Amino acid sequence: MTRSVHPLAGAIAALGRFVSGVQVRWDGCQPQPRQRVYFANHTSHLDFVVLWSALPAGLRAVTRPVAAKDYWEKGLRAYLALRVFRAVLVARGAGARGDPEQTRAAGHAVIEILAEALGQTDSLIFFPEGTRGTGEEVAPFRSGLYHLARRRPDVQLVPAYLENLNRILPKGEVLPVPLVSSLTFGQPIHLAADETKTAFLARAREVVCRLRRGGLA
Amino acid sequence: MSGPLLKDPQLAWLFCGVLVLLVLASVIGAALRRAAKSDSSRAAVQNLNARIRAWWIMCAIFALTLLVGRIGTLIFFGLLSFLALREYLTLVPTRRADHRTLLWSFFIITPFQYYLIAISWYGFFAILIPTFAFLFIPTRIALAGDPQHFLERAAKISFGLMVCSYCLSHAPALLMLSIPGFQTHAPRLLLYLVLVDQMSDVLQYVWGKLIGRHKIAPVISPNKTWEGFVGGVATATLLGAGIWWATPFTPLQSAELSLVIALVGFSGGLVMSAIKRDAGVKDYGGMIEGHGGILDRIDSLCFAAPVFFHLVRYLFVP
Repeated sequence: MTRSVHPLAGAIAALGRFVSGVQVRWDGCQPQPRQRVYFANHTSHLDFVVLWSALPAGLRAVTRPVAAKDYWEKGLRAYLALRVFRAVLVARGAGARGDPEQTRAAGHAVIEILAEALGQTDSLIFFPEGTRGTGEEVAPFRSGLYHLARRRPDVQLVPAYLENLNRILPKGEVLPVPLVSSLTFGQPIHLAADETKTAFLARAREVVCRLRRGGLA
Repeated sequence: MSGPLLKDPQLAWLFCGVLVLLVLASVIGAALRRAAKSDSSRAAVQNLNARIRAWWIMCAIFALTLLVGRIGTLIFFGLLSFLALREYLTLVPTRRADHRTLLWSFFIITPFQYYLIAISWYGFFAILIPTFAFLFIPTRIALAGDPQHFLERAAKISFGLMVCSYCLSHAPALLMLSIPGFQTHAPRLLLYLVLVDQMSDVLQYVWGKLIGRHKIAPVISPNKTWEGFVGGVATATLLGAGIWWATPFTPLQSAELSLVIALVGFSGGLVMSAIKRDAGVKDYGGMIEGHGGILDRIDSLCFAAPVFFHLVRYLFVP
């Protein structure tokens, strides 16, 4: 298996861990080399950088964040996203507006992109809320996670909760304040055979919310 | 004056003393590990040994900064301020509108405070945070336009800057003091302060574990007992008196100053504990194994440093 790990990847991950001061806890599973979709709450552009940085180097090399195309497709960000993080860039809110037929087609296309990105070896970092929240509430999950779970039932779905990143780099700010953040991984979930879309998405969101520690020590 | 640790034999002797203490602590820790029978005592000894290991590392880093000289010491304490402020502000809630104010606190005000020590501008160093930052912070928050909990936010950020940046910076500021006949030996004053302050913490902990019965403030800090307090402060005072030869003080003066360091250091630990209890946590972080966060280790130093600095400056600098 050949995979191009960027020569600076290790240094950038170390920087990510230092700036975010992230305290990582594996609560319901261990960092194992198997195909996974890490899904987490979303409050900051730093979210995937921190989650990615917190993984052991071996897993980092095969884990690709799913990120917003409009933010990450220009200049230095594009270089970082594509060459270092090997991000999968998708349009935000695909399947949220316009006429229902087009919407379904766009959503379907995104799921195909993600399934292809997973391939036979890779894992993904995914934010099912679709957009960044304020950090107080986790927004209802979009349907992407459900469709991905149906499309690739063999992949483990690992919930994660990121805390304090909304304070480190809130929406609309450029420079991060170096506070301490935390990241908790939970027990993997699977789509049950007879589970409806609504029930699954609500359960997935609930699992993420329950990982919230409230207070960092 | 680079590398005072190599040029100043008495400073090196002090460090040898620290080394002996560490070896002694490690030997005792190993003996206790063999003696521990019950699960609870084993856990206590494990924590003790983690603390001793961390002490080795902290002493090594401190020795290294003294080897590098004045700039090394300033960078080291500047970094401590930065990390302490980070732990404090993580615990204390601020709002999104405070983002820019926090950037100022971390990246402009704190480094500037240490820069003023580097250029030995005492007059500005003494007023930068209590005057200028104190007025600037509420202004910057007001400009951000979110009035909710305004006074609380301004007060919390100012307090953090005062304790973590301003107060702590008085420890390396000792290097600015020019005491007649002692000009090149200022690093010894810094080591003296850190040694007495930290030993006072350790001795209060040890005395408290050995004979502690009556709690001083059980809700704020369950581990602080009157027995630990009196025993720790008394032995730290004796220790300070015992190393008078490395200072410009007489043995009696050295005992008095050590007593002040230990007492003020105690209040630092108490105050910073109260903030932790209010936030509902045990430690400020997990950076140092067995100790918690940086701020858990240097809370007493933050309080003792400015008081010691001004006493020495008032009494010994003409």
